[in-house]
Amino acid sequence: MLDAKIPKGKLEDKWTEYKGHCKLVNPANKRKLEIIVVGTGLAGASAAASLGELGYKVKAFCFQDSPRRAHSIAAQGGINAAKNYQNDGDSIFRLFYDTIKGGDYRSREGNVYRLAEVSANIIDQCVAQGVPFAREYGGLLSNRSFGGVQVQRTFYAAGQTGQQLLIGAYQALERQVALGNVTMYTRHEMLDVVVIDGKARGIVCRNLITGELERFFGHAVVLCTGGYGNVFYLSTNAMGCNVTAIWKAHKKGAYFANPCFTQIHPTCIPVSGDYQSKLTLMSESLRNDGRIWVPKKQNDTRKANEIPEEERDYYLERRYPAYGNLVPRDVASRAAKERCDAGYGVGTSKQAVYLDYASAIQRYGKAEAHKHGIDNPSPEQIKQMGDEAVKEKYGNLFDMYEKITGENPYEVPMRIYPAVHYTMGGLWVDYELMTSVKGLYALGECNYSDHGANRLGASALMQGLADGYFVIPYTIGNYLADEIRTPVIPTTHPAFEETEKNVAERINKLMNIQGTETVESLHKRLGKIMWDKCGMSRNAEGLKEAIEEIRALKKEFWSNVKIPGSVDEFNPELDKAGRVADFIELGELTCIDALQRDESCGAHFREDHQTPEGEALRDDANFMYVSAWQWKSNDEWELHKEDLVYEEVHPTQRSYK
Amino acid sequence: MEHYNMNLTLKVWRQRNSKEKGRFETYKVENISSEMSFLEMFDVLNDRLITEGKDPIAFDHDCREGICGMCSMYINGKPHGPWKANTVCQLHMRAFKDGDTIVVEPWRAKAFPVIKDLVVDRSAFDRIIQAGGFISVNTGNAVDANAIPIEKENADKSFAAAACIGCGACVAACKNSSAMLFVAAKVSHLALLPQGSPERKTRVVSMINQMDKEGFGACTFTNACEAACPKEILVTNIARLNHEYMMASFESDK
Repeated sequence: MLDAKIPKGKLEDKWTEYKGHCKLVNPANKRKLEIIVVGTGLAGASAAASLGELGYKVKAFCFQDSPRRAHSIAAQGGINAAKNYQNDGDSIFRLFYDTIKGGDYRSREGNVYRLAEVSANIIDQCVAQGVPFAREYGGLLSNRSFGGVQVQRTFYAAGQTGQQLLIGAYQALERQVALGNVTMYTRHEMLDVVVIDGKARGIVCRNLITGELERFFGHAVVLCTGGYGNVFYLSTNAMGCNVTAIWKAHKKGAYFANPCFTQIHPTCIPVSGDYQSKLTLMSESLRNDGRIWVPKKQNDTRKANEIPEEERDYYLERRYPAYGNLVPRDVASRAAKERCDAGYGVGTSKQAVYLDYASAIQRYGKAEAHKHGIDNPSPEQIKQMGDEAVKEKYGNLFDMYEKITGENPYEVPMRIYPAVHYTMGGLWVDYELMTSVKGLYALGECNYSDHGANRLGASALMQGLADGYFVIPYTIGNYLADEIRTPVIPTTHPAFEETEKNVAERINKLMNIQGTETVESLHKRLGKIMWDKCGMSRNAEGLKEAIEEIRALKKEFWSNVKIPGSVDEFNPELDKAGRVADFIELGELTCIDALQRDESCGAHFREDHQTPEGEALRDDANFMYVSAWQWKSNDEWELHKEDLVYEEVHPTQRSYK
Repeated sequence: MEHYNMNLTLKVWRQRNSKEKGRFETYKVENISSEMSFLEMFDVLNDRLITEGKDPIAFDHDCREGICGMCSMYINGKPHGPWKANTVCQLHMRAFKDGDTIVVEPWRAKAFPVIKDLVVDRSAFDRIIQAGGFISVNTGNAVDANAIPIEKENADKSFAAAACIGCGACVAACKNSSAMLFVAAKVSHLALLPQGSPERKTRVVSMINQMDKEGFGACTFTNACEAACPKEILVTNIARLNHEYMMASFESDK
């Protein structure tokens, strides 16, 4: 049984207790300790900046051309914090409870409570850095609602919240670079972890411009490398998002937890053709004002605007009157799939539902007219004022929709369908965010810790920044305090030599295959297996097939992939090949995990485990644990379990009705 | 909207690395759907080139939703192509018609050396930020977020400037390869907020100095940057930058 090292004591005292008793490193010693941070999204940039501020010598790495490009930048809707500025009943406990419940009781109480506790500090920190959150006319911060909650606790900057938060963290990071506390390595991809005497001591990277392999030492290594949704090929992730860094760590001994918990986001722009390279999210914030519906008649071929009100099925409002369009993501996604599978889907593919702003435009238009003292506004005036109000709130999202689809969402309802978005699973970490390898940490989306089987909207940004700004600065000290006598290990150490040799051999092996199928094509085939058999709903038979198919695909990849160019140059196809090879192995483990977890919970929906209403049916007696997989050898893993103990909340069947 | 397919001629800048000389190569692509994105058209072409045993065209891209700022193609003489307020990754093929010839080049500026084909080195932007594009506040030092109310108008203007994605289209569009709009956006973002006030003078001076050091040209106010900016950053920010710079220079006692 795995021990997460949760501090003893009352839930609300655990973090205070921990901070009061963890070991500290004095300033003179901090200057001698080196820390490697891989990835510069919200978790990585905030961690690197904060650790640099503390006086550690930090080396930060990203594969993009600048740390500011990390995919946190694309987060749209907002960031949660238990500020209760709206006086609507919010509190740390509510945020904690909503997150545990939203995650369908598969996350750790201690971690989640700490997350809720530091959430308020994040907003303070970001405002101090100059993050331009949306404000009211009185000059104070504005809030909105997100799925799975009944309060307004989401802070936002139009539809660009992730961008503004990342720029804040990026600027803090660049400030530390200027001060000499952080050395930044861009266009560098981590290809392995160096472990010496059971402790993480460095990494081997490929310089993506020259192709050279480079070695870096650190007293500790912090991975902040994001999610692995691209295992499905099509997802809302950036093209470069990958599992490679954490997969290498996994193969060096870090357990991989709950890989099958993948969030399928309900509101994305539907697939339009085979050439499609990625899917685009339409922010969850749109469910604040938009109404989701399908025709009441099957295979209705009329245009949306021709279908009268009484012939529309607002199925979320019908099924979940208490939360309506703001049910959690897993629930909304499954409901959309259910309607489309039953023949009520819209658009040419019939794999879409409507997200309609007509009534919001009317409502805002009338309110604006009233504000301007217009007593009998004409329908045209209402529409125009309503359009303006909606534009102020969601303008950039509407523009994006129009660019991609060529349709104007102010006039016709948007068509949306669920798509792979976020991965709740990741490297197993304890309360201190340390993986099962000493001195190796995982922060943000790349760890498993806070979101259980389903993440609530606007909580990813919160977790990334909580881990980077407010958790790791304390917990890493508790480890490094015992490392002050460890001298800098030269990168000529045999462990570095050997790790680099293995990395080089694998690259050469890939280059020498010289087969006939492109990396992209093999990646697409992996994605199709994953989406069809390990996507929004899963069954044992399909998962068994998927495992076999992925194993066959792995053989094909290693005998038939075609990579152009050479090793010692800028070669994006080679980079991609390495990532896809890792995705194939992860895909296999994901299906094994989904097969082993013979229950439904949150985003993991096994068809044979559902309530009569079609909701996910948990099996708490047998599966109230975190599955942490240890890599043994090719196609072989050993399962370790961490029991989830609920002291404060009582798991029940989740209800949003 | 009607979907259609098209055949196109592409003239693409190919350059092996920063040292070798580049040249245009011509490619024909067929049956391109109007629903594809411009980069997906490049994916299709690259897939073909790889299968034919040729070197695929290197180009920068990542989020493909117009926000990361990584994509950077100069299309038919315009950074990010023909659509207004847009990035290449969001440009869709319905912007073109059957039989068109499309010329694709990298950003061209002394401060953005070519790495390969359409990929350039924009690390100069990071160094400009390092020179002062931040507020010096260590983690843990912050007061309550609502302790300082900020006039909505200023907060909105600050946000509009902060929307810059650092792609460098402004530099590519400018005949002088000036980075003034990029620097102006950052200076404005921070100068419009009370939190940015203490470092206002030092920030603007050191960012401008770094900009000059990187080899960006001077601003002659042709507004080409604003026209090309995918996030519609206004040139009035440059006016604010000049004002900030002058005030800092006059008031400086150093």
